[in-house]
Amino acid sequence: MALTKEKIIESIYHQVGLSKSQSRAVVESLFELIKNTLENGEDILISGFGKFVVKEKAARRGRNPQTTEDLQLRARRVVVFKTSGVLRDKINKGPTG
Amino acid sequence: MNKSQLVEALAKAENLPLKKAEEVVNTVFGDMENSLVRGERVEIRGFGSFKVKHYDGYKGRNPKTGEVIDVAPKKLPFFKVGKELRERVDVY
Repeated sequence: MALTKEKIIESIYHQVGLSKSQSRAVVESLFELIKNTLENGEDILISGFGKFVVKEKAARRGRNPQTTEDLQLRARRVVVFKTSGVLRDKINKGPTG
Repeated sequence: MNKSQLVEALAKAENLPLKKAEEVVNTVFGDMENSLVRGERVEIRGFGSFKVKHYDGYKGRNPKTGEVIDVAPKKLPFFKVGKELRERVDVY
């Protein structure tokens, strides 16, 4: 089963000892802080987990592979995630490693 | 912004003691890590989702020496940006 915000709120409630409504508020607030930081063009670095990096993509000529029609892709700003080496190793070792 | 700056910002925004804010941030990323280590997906609406992708091994080459090497199969988390975050970051 996928981890969702509801499940994270549950573990904050059980592990951090905040009320249910406070647990919900802090989780929402944390993701809002992260989104806001990225929106302002600033990266988020979580040591041992990875980094969320804002990248500027230049405009480029593209092609619709289905119709082969040429098109102009505009400049974009995107978020990419780079996994930390620590997390990558843990994922490759698996839960028992 | 790094983790301790995020902890400070959260403490301030939610009027939490630093210690509690730190526990919150550690729990959130710890939960995500545990899911990914078990090979499970993470889905945070508006932010994004993670899933573990399996990459097959292949024969690679050291570009400097030309030596052929075996690249072992590996698993890597793949992050797909959520719609809200994607639209907010794309300021153009």
